[in-house]
Amino acid sequence: MQNSMTTSESLVHARGLTKRYANGFTAVDGVDFDVRPGKAFGFLGPNGAGKTSTMRMIACSSPVSDGTLSVIGMDPRTQAREIKARLGVVPQIDNLDTELTVRENLEMYARYFDIPRSVADQRTKELLEFVQLDERAKDQVEPLSGGMKRRLTIARALINDPDLVILDEPTTGLDPQARHLLWERLYQLKRRGATLIITTHYMDEAEQLCDHLVVMDKAKIVAEGSPRQLIDQHSTKEVLELRFADQTRDNLNGQLDGLADRIEELPDRLLLYTANGERTLEQVNERQIPIESALVRRSSLEDVFLRLTGRSLVE
Amino acid sequence: MTVLAGSGRVWQRNWLVYKRLWHRSLAFGFLQPILFLTAMGIGIGALLTPGDLSAFGGVPYIDWLGPGLLAAMAMQTSTFESTYPIMNKIMWGRNYEAMLSTPLGVRSIVFGELAWSAFRIGTLAAVFLVVLALFGIVRTPLAVLAIPVATLVGVAFSSCLIAFTATQKNDVGFSAIFRFVINPLFLLSGTFFPLTNLPEQAQWVAWATPLFHGVQLIRGSILDQLDPLTAPFHLAYLLVMFGIGAYLADRNLTKRMAG
Repeated sequence: MQNSMTTSESLVHARGLTKRYANGFTAVDGVDFDVRPGKAFGFLGPNGAGKTSTMRMIACSSPVSDGTLSVIGMDPRTQAREIKARLGVVPQIDNLDTELTVRENLEMYARYFDIPRSVADQRTKELLEFVQLDERAKDQVEPLSGGMKRRLTIARALINDPDLVILDEPTTGLDPQARHLLWERLYQLKRRGATLIITTHYMDEAEQLCDHLVVMDKAKIVAEGSPRQLIDQHSTKEVLELRFADQTRDNLNGQLDGLADRIEELPDRLLLYTANGERTLEQVNERQIPIESALVRRSSLEDVFLRLTGRSLVE
Repeated sequence: MTVLAGSGRVWQRNWLVYKRLWHRSLAFGFLQPILFLTAMGIGIGALLTPGDLSAFGGVPYIDWLGPGLLAAMAMQTSTFESTYPIMNKIMWGRNYEAMLSTPLGVRSIVFGELAWSAFRIGTLAAVFLVVLALFGIVRTPLAVLAIPVATLVGVAFSSCLIAFTATQKNDVGFSAIFRFVINPLFLLSGTFFPLTNLPEQAQWVAWATPLFHGVQLIRGSILDQLDPLTAPFHLAYLLVMFGIGAYLADRNLTKRMAG
């Protein structure tokens, strides 16, 4: 399906995309992907997987080392300025202008895009309402909370009415309440038909926001699909988590064999991948295996990642 | 958007920040030369006998000193404007990263910052000249030429310092620049005493350094003593320095921001 897609149907089209830094480090190693209009596309992976480097190439702020990349039908190597005029970028680390007020941040940014004053004024007003900062319009940026700064950064990224919005770890470092408010705003943005590219190392964020995901690890894409597809393909329906007192776990001697499709050993617990967690738990009890506690849950993207890489996402 | 229009936006951003504080900046612009001229010109000048004054071309010490201070002010202001604030916009506040996510390019940033530096130094030089006039130092209407010349001194230093700042990973290098470049230039460029008091080799070294040329031109225009033989050379030196600095600033900042 992916390969039959032509460039014109995708907002971002990458084949063999590679980023090598001057010190020889390969941050992105020949990845292929397509971002379709109106969808939220996610890059999921641990820190250092190559997500940010990929984003920076899409945003034309880091040169492509090898491979092909087209963004909104244009070539970042020769048309960076034209591409940037149609992108909205929310970087990982806030880069708001702390010497300006909330409103001035948007107004000045509009000037950088050469947006006429009357249009800019109207959009500034609408966007401050959209991110619920209209009452803080005249305030300086510095005293704002982390969540407010992120929302302002998102408003700023929308000032040029972009075709594509790039968000690099939009909620990293925010408290749960601020994250949910941000997700809700991004969801509204999606409903208006915006195309989003999001990087994250949070499962819940990827599941909440993304229609389509690629899982990155060590500079490569290791899986691709919708959150549901990824779970169906790479994990079982349910997971039984078992905790043991220390000695018991060492002396299991294969007593769990045959109870699950796959068993993953984590430092503090065992994960039994199975279609029916409750039934597997019954079987464990039938075998009189002395467990300390048990939890049955649905498979998540975390399990997909663990399966594909043998590691947890957030370490 | 053209580089020129882009530079204008970068200038405008600095103006937006500055316009809240402009009165403070201008008040300081008045105070600084008044203090220096009073302490050094009147204070130290009073200790000099008429016989000593021949070394200053026959003018009172304060008249000789004032224009030199104006040139030094241009250097110092541009040095300050083009080190920490530029570093802040590169790495601490990341302003340039934000600007470069828009159609603005590195060249617009470099020329916008240089235009800003020119504006700041131009206005401060005008204030300085008013103070010099109040002290009765200005000899000719041609003294207004000191304003563009001081501005040129400023952007020549600014461009080179932006080029330097773009290569720095932290602010440690700045104190070395202040101590080993800016301070010696401040003291030894014929600002406070005539270089003829120095050994001949030292005079040649002075000719190779930038502030000396600015001092000569500014003093010449204010005291109506411009030497038509050496003036073009002084001017050419500063223009070339600005050209090289601007080229390097563009190159180094492009490299720095590409990452």
